[in-house]
Amino acid sequence: MFAMKTRLFISRYGLFFVGVILVGTMVFLALLAPWICSYGPNALDVNAILLPPGSDHLLGTDALGRDVFARLVYGARVSLWVGFVAVGISASIGLVLGLVAGYFGGLVDEIIMRCVDVMLCFPSFFLILAVIAFLEPSLTNIMIVIGLTSWMGVARLVRAETLSLKERDFVKAARISGASIVRILGMHILPNALTPVLGSATLGIAAAILTESALSFLGLGVQPPVPSWGNILMEGKDVMEIAPWLSVFPGMCILLTVLGYNLLGETLRDLLDPRLKQR
Amino acid sequence: MIFPFFKHILVKILWLGVVFIGITVLSFWVIHLAPGSPTDLQTTLNPMAGEAARARLEKLYGLDKPVHVQYLNWMSRIVRLDFGRSMSGDHRPVWDKIKERLPLTLGLNIMAMFLILGISIPIGVISAYYQGGWFDRISTVIVFVGFAMPGFWLALLLMLFLGIAYPLFPISGLTSLGFATLSWWDKLCDLANHLALPLLVYTITGLAGMSRFMRSSMLEVLRQDYILTAKAKGLPTRTVIFHHGLRNGLLPVITLLGLSVPGLIGGSVIIESIFALPGLGQLFYQGVMSRDYPLIMGNLVLGAVLTLAGNMLADFGYSLADPRIRAGK
Repeated sequence: MFAMKTRLFISRYGLFFVGVILVGTMVFLALLAPWICSYGPNALDVNAILLPPGSDHLLGTDALGRDVFARLVYGARVSLWVGFVAVGISASIGLVLGLVAGYFGGLVDEIIMRCVDVMLCFPSFFLILAVIAFLEPSLTNIMIVIGLTSWMGVARLVRAETLSLKERDFVKAARISGASIVRILGMHILPNALTPVLGSATLGIAAAILTESALSFLGLGVQPPVPSWGNILMEGKDVMEIAPWLSVFPGMCILLTVLGYNLLGETLRDLLDPRLKQR
Repeated sequence: MIFPFFKHILVKILWLGVVFIGITVLSFWVIHLAPGSPTDLQTTLNPMAGEAARARLEKLYGLDKPVHVQYLNWMSRIVRLDFGRSMSGDHRPVWDKIKERLPLTLGLNIMAMFLILGISIPIGVISAYYQGGWFDRISTVIVFVGFAMPGFWLALLLMLFLGIAYPLFPISGLTSLGFATLSWWDKLCDLANHLALPLLVYTITGLAGMSRFMRSSMLEVLRQDYILTAKAKGLPTRTVIFHHGLRNGLLPVITLLGLSVPGLIGGSVIIESIFALPGLGQLFYQGVMSRDYPLIMGNLVLGAVLTLAGNMLADFGYSLADPRIRAGK
């Protein structure tokens, strides 16, 4: 009986916990970075150039003698921060537009949803690249641009949710009792529409981290010497033949973090979906 | 009745025109709004050039006019396929530059698409049919990892293992030295050799999403009543899966193919830069680095057109494949 329960538990929540562990580890490392690393992320050491992984430098050193482990841990700060802020921006835009489109319907809805269609048709990586090249490539700009080009999914979700919520009795009651539109949207509809957004936003964090690392890899993202997983990979590419660890470990970090967020997002979406729960 | 079908297509084409205008307005506006001008490279960075030279350059490129006038001028040239001349480097017409690079990028992506479909459809069908079985579990794990895999890192790893540690394939460029002297067969082999790694990267990164999608689409179909009916009629499993199941399961895949075009175009920027392939992505990257307005806009427009063409084809394919839409319902 107990064994069966455990199995059911694992099959239902197993992937969720793998995601929690992966993301948790990265958050933990990023938060405690100064206490974990014995070297600073930008501490140069001319006597330790391109050392392979060993006891002194856990994951080796780069072409300037900087400790790769320290750079990766500080890089985690950048990646996680980009993910959070970019999704914060895109989720806010998506929520507002979705609420407005769903609640007011008609022409407003039509215009907003057609904008969503246009944005979905857009080769957004092209646009991001072009914009970043004209602005100074910086952490802030990257977060804003990623946020501005990825709100469409949330907007669609929230709109669909709002469409059904606005017909519910508690919303009608609020309307009849004279609540303002802002109050109806913010206090009555928004909290109920948030659940499906959670899973989608978590997946969005993963996508944002991937985009940031790709931009940094192309030299259009986070600028050296600030470490980011993408730009460590970029610097490692030139010395790939003699120092493969510079190309392997940062990618592993990206893979594990994105995997963690994807698992979290997918399982959250399933767990929070009442239609799937009843089955 | 064939009429509703044509009406459907006509409405679609009109809508695509609207989307096209939306995309170009947005790109034009964003790029012109951003600080920094394409003349910076020739003026601010050049101590010999003064304010007068800058003004002259801006006049030459039409940058002194208001943005909407610039847009209308630009648009009237675009419809005649005149993308203007590149502002940096060789100053050749943008359209020529795009034309010579289009075949490589398109060819690679189409080949990758066929490979992806060829591999992911069987994976999806088998996983769905034996849901929860060992094949399904293993492929789910692989799919999750593949989904999280950054394409450029995969490219680096493949270069590291198949290019450097076990040098099976060349790691950069499109052709070897002395390509022109080879016979046509050797030329073909040389090309294939150079394209093997990029193709592998495209295929592996695209595989995860597609097989996952195929699996869920198939699961949905296998749950339908007509599958039960087919089984109850005593049809062989093969007929049930391929004739009744797969044909319906493939419908959403057509739409997904259309939607995946922007991702492919974006991805080629990275892959082509890594493997030093002279394709569109690399051209765009160069344009971005040198702030070449006409080149960037030309690429964005082309990207938009390809995306819309993808959507259009998908929609058309969908209507052909789905009799309900064909009948205009």
